[in-house]
Amino acid sequence: MGKEDSVHTSTPGLGDIEAIRADFPILRREVEGKPLIYFDNAATTQKPQVVIDALTEYYKHMNANVHRGVHLLSREATTAFEKARENIADFINTRSARELIFTRGCTEAINLVAATWGRANIKAGDEILISALEHHSNIVPWQMLCEQSGARLVVCPLHPDGSLNMQEFGRLLNVRTRLVAISHVSNTLGTINPVKEIIRMAHETEAKVLIDGAQALSHLAVDVQDLDCDFYTFSAHKIYGPMGIGGLYGKEKLLKQMPPYQGGGEMIENVTFEHTSYNEPPFKFEAGTPNVAGALAFSAAIDYVKHLGIANIAKREAELLHYATGALKNIPGVVIIGTAAQKASVISFLIDDIHPYDAGTIIDHFGIAVRTGTHCTQPLLDSLAIPGTIRASFAFYNTFTEIDHLIKAVNKVREMFL
Amino acid sequence: MKIEDRTQAIINEFSNFDDWMDKYNYLIELGKSLPLIDEQYKVENNLIPGCQSRVWLHAEFDGENVHFTADSDAVITKGIANLLIRTFSGQTPQEILSSSTEFLSEIGLTEHLSPTRSNGMLSMLKQIKMYALAFKAKQEMEKS
Ligand SMILES: Cc1ncc(COP(=O)(O)O)c(C=O)c1O
Repeated sequence: MGKEDSVHTSTPGLGDIEAIRADFPILRREVEGKPLIYFDNAATTQKPQVVIDALTEYYKHMNANVHRGVHLLSREATTAFEKARENIADFINTRSARELIFTRGCTEAINLVAATWGRANIKAGDEILISALEHHSNIVPWQMLCEQSGARLVVCPLHPDGSLNMQEFGRLLNVRTRLVAISHVSNTLGTINPVKEIIRMAHETEAKVLIDGAQALSHLAVDVQDLDCDFYTFSAHKIYGPMGIGGLYGKEKLLKQMPPYQGGGEMIENVTFEHTSYNEPPFKFEAGTPNVAGALAFSAAIDYVKHLGIANIAKREAELLHYATGALKNIPGVVIIGTAAQKASVISFLIDDIHPYDAGTIIDHFGIAVRTGTHCTQPLLDSLAIPGTIRASFAFYNTFTEIDHLIKAVNKVREMFL
Repeated sequence: MKIEDRTQAIINEFSNFDDWMDKYNYLIELGKSLPLIDEQYKVENNLIPGCQSRVWLHAEFDGENVHFTADSDAVITKGIANLLIRTFSGQTPQEILSSSTEFLSEIGLTEHLSPTRSNGMLSMLKQIKMYALAFKAKQEMEKS
């Protein structure tokens, strides 16, 4: 215990963790008279001051609608907005910024693909292949598309450790598979899926691939060209950015062929009452006034992550995961749900046969924010035959001392319920 | 005992606790001592929707009073169910309908009253009142 003390206050690459924590105003908060311990980073991450500043600075100094006015403010806002797009696009290494569409978040990005590419390309008899560990956001839009089109939703099972059964994946993939939609990282189990391999295999049968990157972007380097995925979706709020904005990467060739999403201003080229011609991607898919402040703050979050270095972040988080896994395993009766070899810093567990709701209620009273329940992956929990889990998900600003507190709380839960 | 007397008794019990852990230890005790529901009533139909834990609530009407039994797979939720049953079981539909649920905030369980807790306390309360309403309608129909 007390791993923090000597060598670990400073992580090579990241430097002084206390200094980094100071960038996040909310981490100074107290809950129930104790310092907040925030272990719900898979639900949403906290925001550094630079992100909060980007939001307020925009409204203080620059606010104007984009792509419309010729006046100075509008030009400035438009330039900043498009620079934000370039910065975020560059972070995931798209060919050009035109391949990045701003959405409200990952959920909307997936729905956009289902509503446009999906409706244009999915027919009765086609198959959409997902996995058993998907978030509801990467299940329901496809289910809706299948209902409308008569296509079939096929689910690839997992191994008991929570990794994808790649043999089954290979077997389920066939000429009818039009789309493979799989998450890069599981929000419930932490499993990092072998997406590059999945994409390669899917392309052999000419299926398109959408990767739900909601849980990946903040933990590992993403290069959409190297992956060769057709679509990649994500939310800013899970990578230290604001809520209400996210992105869809799509290969330009596909985006050009896809019908538009919503109709309105911005997405048009020419409108008469008889006919409307559409703007080019990405604007074709961005009807209405966009979340400009959100885009700028998202870009600021990306700058912040780049400044820390995604490799340094990954290293720190791997250490936290390793430490927490070891400590939890040492408690009799604790079972870790999801033990794949490749994991992001998400740890789901159960304590004996104590209901996760009971455990979560007590842990909350220690000022520790963990998530309990099914984490929007109800079919996954059903397939594991458990009512839910307790989930602690770490970010680089978490500390070993905080994990020690969680361990104490878990021991207390056992005392109270057993 | 009238509902107000029962709730006053609960308030008195909870006033003895000065920290949350004692309160929860008591709720756990109440959960473990919740009289067993007849297994035949632990059915889909009696499940209260929208809870993180599964909660079953069964009601019977003897023509005068309503009798509740409940179960849950979470102990704290069972403890809360125990409190609600102690308060409302054996009362007339009219008494249940006109009773206040203020006592739950008074004993410091307000956090469980927030809809986001989804632990079923609000849903249980709503369901208890719904049963009372239905039995009251039945009572009036039989009278007329
Ligand atoms: C794997 C995964 N996909 C999709 C989403 C949906 O993200 P959002 O709610 O930000 O649209 C989440 C969020 O929890 C997630 O974890």
